[in-house]
Amino acid sequence: MERKIRILVAKPGLDGHDRGAKIIARALRDGGFEVIYTGLHQTPEMIANAAVQEDVDGVGLSIMSGAHMTLFPDVLNELKRLGADNVTIFGGGIIPDEDITELKKRGVAQIFTPGASTQEIVRWVHEHVQPRR
Amino acid sequence: MSGLEAIAQAQQSWRAGALAGSLKKLPHRRAQFATDSGIPIPDLLTPADRAGENYLADIGLPGQFPYTRGPQATMYRGRHWTMRQFAGFGTPEDTNKRFKYLLEHGMTGLSTAFDMPALMGYDADHPLSRGEVGKEGVAVSTLRDFEVLFDGIPLDQVTTSMTINASAVVALAMYIAVAEEHGTPRAALGGTIQADILKEYIAQKEWIVPPRPAVRLVIDMIEFCTREMPKWHPVSISGYHIREAGATAVQELAFTLADGFGYVEESIARGMAVDDFAPGLSFFWDVHNDFFEEIAKFRAARRIWAREMKDRYGAKDPRSMMLKTHAQTAGVSLTAQQPYNNVIRTSLQALAAVLGGTQSLHTNSLDETYALPTEESVTLALRTQQVIAYESGVDRVVDPLAGSYFIEYLTDETEKRARAYIEKIRAMGGIIRAVEEGFPQREIGDSAYRHQREVESGERVIVGVNKFKTAQGAAIPILKIEEVVTRAQLERLASVKRSRNAAAVKERLAAVERASRDGKNVMPSVIDAVKAYCTLGEICDVFRAVWGQFREAGSY
Repeated sequence: MERKIRILVAKPGLDGHDRGAKIIARALRDGGFEVIYTGLHQTPEMIANAAVQEDVDGVGLSIMSGAHMTLFPDVLNELKRLGADNVTIFGGGIIPDEDITELKKRGVAQIFTPGASTQEIVRWVHEHVQPRR
Repeated sequence: MSGLEAIAQAQQSWRAGALAGSLKKLPHRRAQFATDSGIPIPDLLTPADRAGENYLADIGLPGQFPYTRGPQATMYRGRHWTMRQFAGFGTPEDTNKRFKYLLEHGMTGLSTAFDMPALMGYDADHPLSRGEVGKEGVAVSTLRDFEVLFDGIPLDQVTTSMTINASAVVALAMYIAVAEEHGTPRAALGGTIQADILKEYIAQKEWIVPPRPAVRLVIDMIEFCTREMPKWHPVSISGYHIREAGATAVQELAFTLADGFGYVEESIARGMAVDDFAPGLSFFWDVHNDFFEEIAKFRAARRIWAREMKDRYGAKDPRSMMLKTHAQTAGVSLTAQQPYNNVIRTSLQALAAVLGGTQSLHTNSLDETYALPTEESVTLALRTQQVIAYESGVDRVVDPLAGSYFIEYLTDETEKRARAYIEKIRAMGGIIRAVEEGFPQREIGDSAYRHQREVESGERVIVGVNKFKTAQGAAIPILKIEEVVTRAQLERLASVKRSRNAAAVKERLAAVERASRDGKNVMPSVIDAVKAYCTLGEICDVFRAVWGQFREAGSY
């Protein structure tokens, strides 16, 4: 049997707005992925460790607090440090266009903003997240 | 034949005749209509449908039990609701300036938003605060920040609301301390601290310690304010965040009232008399899009609270039975697409809150899906309230929709459905147990997912999002919080730590720990601690050391 693609849905930072993260987790599960949700208030180190331990293919970061320019790059750096920089990182939240451009430059594969449908996100993950082996 | 029988008969022949004819030409757009909570909406209601109503018992008169028509006899004929715009961002200097701007433009009460580190009990220099300082609210770590935040604001004249929960004891202590520096005694302070920790576990998720010790801190505040701050509301029992997390109106009402009953029961268990503390309890509702359902929710809330407080908890003082509330238009209803549409949504929601009889109101700004509001957008939001208050004329009569067959039907149905949830929670062993078991959390998660699927299938229309879309969004100005905020806060915190008396800090933190462990009311020791410039993070570290850090299982 083919191994399902594994996705870690993670909430970095202190904000507790997990409505979006949970909806995405359910939608990805219903879309045929293996989904692990970290729960709230995760540090970049905790997220990177979870990604490695759970052997995931992609990490979806949800953030609503405006701290994305600090925390997204921190997650990327932590993954690199653990030698897991081939994990696909995508994210969603309240993120202005200019920040999206910058985050993509730094290695975030895609950012979804308010109004993105779960179908759109599921489709994107199917097309862009490959099994790491 | 009685009057009602005649009406019922007329209704029957209307169905067979006029209605049947019309439906043949143009059927209803849907087989069934329902509110957003799923309450069926009949095509027609007449006095015959209200035959079972007992006007005096169920609806009554304004300012009288069961307060369905409002907590005051005069409502807005006596005084408008308080226009209270939630504000807080950047440094205390930034927020102090915004407060003064809003007061100059006719706002009548302050409302403070704190940043995520403050809400979670961390100082600006904590590793977890990285990137979060001043982003979603004002950054505060010590009494020095409060001194700047309320500089030049007459705390004896304005009322202040503070939206802070897990670390609320610290914020309240700092407010008391800064007021004393202004020469205003605590007994003269009017305002509200949210301090509704149960809804944090249910929905907003800003916590420090596990639910039971956290509730104990809330009861400490209720006890302290009952004794020493008669004009202060020590808890604002909040449906807002429950709703924003995805609850329906009925779920918002039920879970919030259940939280309220939880605090009442815990306060009674502490040994307080219900009529001593209950008048200080107040509420906070969300106001979403379904206009009539929202109005009915306000009315049903007052009726359930009044009846339970009187019949179950034995309140004798009418003030213990009357539910007073703040309201905020639904942030979650705002859209990033076509952001100017948000002004219209907010106007309708604000009107529903007013027709529902709110005591205080915040109207959201059109840019809040992107960031905290700019000065221009928050002014427009305040003007929305002022147009309703001064131009629309809805303020000239008390509870104008009472007696509407539909509104009274919806009020009854909302009450019935909320009560069913409340009974279920009681059967589970009460709200704290239900929260520990994740019951409200699961119900809300299910509703949120259902809502999302309805939006994506097009069954639920959101103008500009899944219907009437345009290619380009309107570019609107966005408030940016600069990194200089973090630097300024770190510098101030470092300078406070350098200049304070280290021995006093140690001694007063030890006193907070003793009170926490010994089950004594922590408020006096926390007030002493903040006066010695112990930081918010240091005091919350004491709570973490005594009761442990709360972690939620990552379920979805």
